[in-house]
Amino acid sequence: MRIDDVKNDLRKFIVDNFYFGEELDFSDSDSFLEKGIIDSTGTLELIAHLENTYHIKVNDQDLTPENLDSVDRLAAFIEKKTEP
Amino acid sequence: MSAFDGDLWISFNGEIFNHLEIRANLERKGHQFTTRSDTEVILHSYAEKGEDCVKDFNGQWAFAIWDRRRRRLFLSRDRLGVRPLFYTRTKDVFIFASEIKAIFAHRKVPRAIDHEGLDQIFSFWCCLPPKTFFKGISELPGGHSMRVEDGRITLYPYWRLDYPNGASLTDENPDLLAEELKALLVDATRLRLRADVPVGAYLSGGLDSTVTTALIRHYTNAPLRTFSVSFEDPGFDESPFQHEASTFLGTDHQEVHCRAEDIAKVFPDVIWHTEKPILRTAPAPLYLLSRLVRESGFKVVMTGEGADEVFGGYDIFKEAKIRHFMGRSPGSRWRHLLLKRLYPYLTNLQKQPEAYLASFFKARPQDLTDPCYSHFPRWDMTAMIKMFYSPEWKERLAGFDARGLLRGSLPREFHNWDDFCRGQYLETAILLPGYILSSQGDRMAMAHSVEGRFPFLDHRLAEFGAKLPPRLKMKGLNEKYLLKKCMTDLIPKSVLTRPKQPYRAPEGQCFTAPGAPDYISELLSSKRLREEGIFQPSAVEKLLDKFRHGMAVGIKDNMALVGILSTQISADQFIQNFDSHTA
Repeated sequence: MRIDDVKNDLRKFIVDNFYFGEELDFSDSDSFLEKGIIDSTGTLELIAHLENTYHIKVNDQDLTPENLDSVDRLAAFIEKKTEP
Repeated sequence: MSAFDGDLWISFNGEIFNHLEIRANLERKGHQFTTRSDTEVILHSYAEKGEDCVKDFNGQWAFAIWDRRRRRLFLSRDRLGVRPLFYTRTKDVFIFASEIKAIFAHRKVPRAIDHEGLDQIFSFWCCLPPKTFFKGISELPGGHSMRVEDGRITLYPYWRLDYPNGASLTDENPDLLAEELKALLVDATRLRLRADVPVGAYLSGGLDSTVTTALIRHYTNAPLRTFSVSFEDPGFDESPFQHEASTFLGTDHQEVHCRAEDIAKVFPDVIWHTEKPILRTAPAPLYLLSRLVRESGFKVVMTGEGADEVFGGYDIFKEAKIRHFMGRSPGSRWRHLLLKRLYPYLTNLQKQPEAYLASFFKARPQDLTDPCYSHFPRWDMTAMIKMFYSPEWKERLAGFDARGLLRGSLPREFHNWDDFCRGQYLETAILLPGYILSSQGDRMAMAHSVEGRFPFLDHRLAEFGAKLPPRLKMKGLNEKYLLKKCMTDLIPKSVLTRPKQPYRAPEGQCFTAPGAPDYISELLSSKRLREEGIFQPSAVEKLLDKFRHGMAVGIKDNMALVGILSTQISADQFIQNFDSHTA
């Protein structure tokens, strides 16, 4: 899967799942934490989506803002996890 | 009832628990009574002292006195807002009642949703009185009286919560304070056992109701029947603690077993009694519980409501304390670990990475400068459900600032109070009357004509709690410290030491499981949503899909679904089809 497709999928998931289709203005590099884009249980929903869609295992030590805190970081994390 | 040859007339809902003492005083002054009732005592007190008479009352009341000679209507509501009192005026009529549906029965009263009232519920879980969910209907706030005279309405407080800065009681001798607290609790309970019918008690398995039950057991000769709710889902069920407390205190105990489908089934009836939308399902099991109480032949129950507000039990106080502690040293690598001690019963929250927890709980120094900071995480989370408003509804609310309104209503002294006390005030003055009592306590009990009585809401205890130093309310992270201290010998150790588990019930999944009642799909259909015009149908459909597909749903999703459904039910029952619901 191309990285742009991954980013589009992630953006769609966030808008549909956390904003129920409402217009949301955020860039791929925006921090979810700083911008308040994802609510308190949102990270868990996000992780479930990553595991189901990309067939990766997210370990406890992966649960850091460096891996999960923006669309860009998530896409890089998925790429790293799916490397052969 | 009338007195003084028809000069004074009263309509009264509630109880004046100290009516015997007031009556004796009045008799010494020459008053003669024709009944044994507290209603007549109110009339004679008014005749003796005028509107200040309410300051002598210890009770839960909503009443109106027609003073014929002065051509004045005097209305009053108890200090902490246990008993409801609503009013409205048309061109030529002033109408008041304990329930809004009674006011709507008057043909001249128009029925419409107040969009600002709904927005307040979607901000704070309740309206800020006198605002209600219905346009033109006002609520007399707790601790207030009101005069209607010559077509003018005058509203004024006769009592206020006050948290003397630095606390006027010192913690030099906690043993003495614990004794004083116990004496007050015993007396508050004794007064509330005055009844001409048997009195039962709720026993939830938590500290507060175990305390009230233990007080009845140890300090009165009253026979003791206790009642509780148990749940199918062990995440909510507290029945092992209920059974232990019941055995320890030797009560005859009964419980109602509540399943998710029971909540969905009774939810419209629940909203009929809350008379406003709610964001949690928690009132529904209490509706079932009061039915059990009534079917068991009891008309009065004692409950533990108010202890968390008065003696500092809520997790939101603990949360604010940790956030403040973190904010004082933002670079600390370990202070944020304390957040893991919050909400041990919320398993999803416990799985959060620490950096995320710190962010969600807004523990950065800049988050902590606002005097209302204790409530920001809850209010921010709640306000997110406003994203479901339709564009038209958002347009109507343009410029309306619920939080600004709340700030404007705070007492001047609020800013001088201790952080802990400010959080207590917000819970006691807003959420307690607006949600805990109105939607869970009094209204659910009265739905089955059961009267709740609340020893912790005796105003002497509320005033005592307000004067206590915060460190005697929450010592470290040990909540309700002084209350536990004074009750150590009277309740089971397991109840005393168990981590606090707030009363919760299954939420959104009740309404989306296969076989859910038809009213849900009807009221949440695009057609009905468009007709009401409050919510965006496509967004609601996506929310329902999330539930139906078993995707992980968070607190916000649950609040949104319960809030949207209860708003639709309210609009259906009170606006669109009111006549068929009252037929």
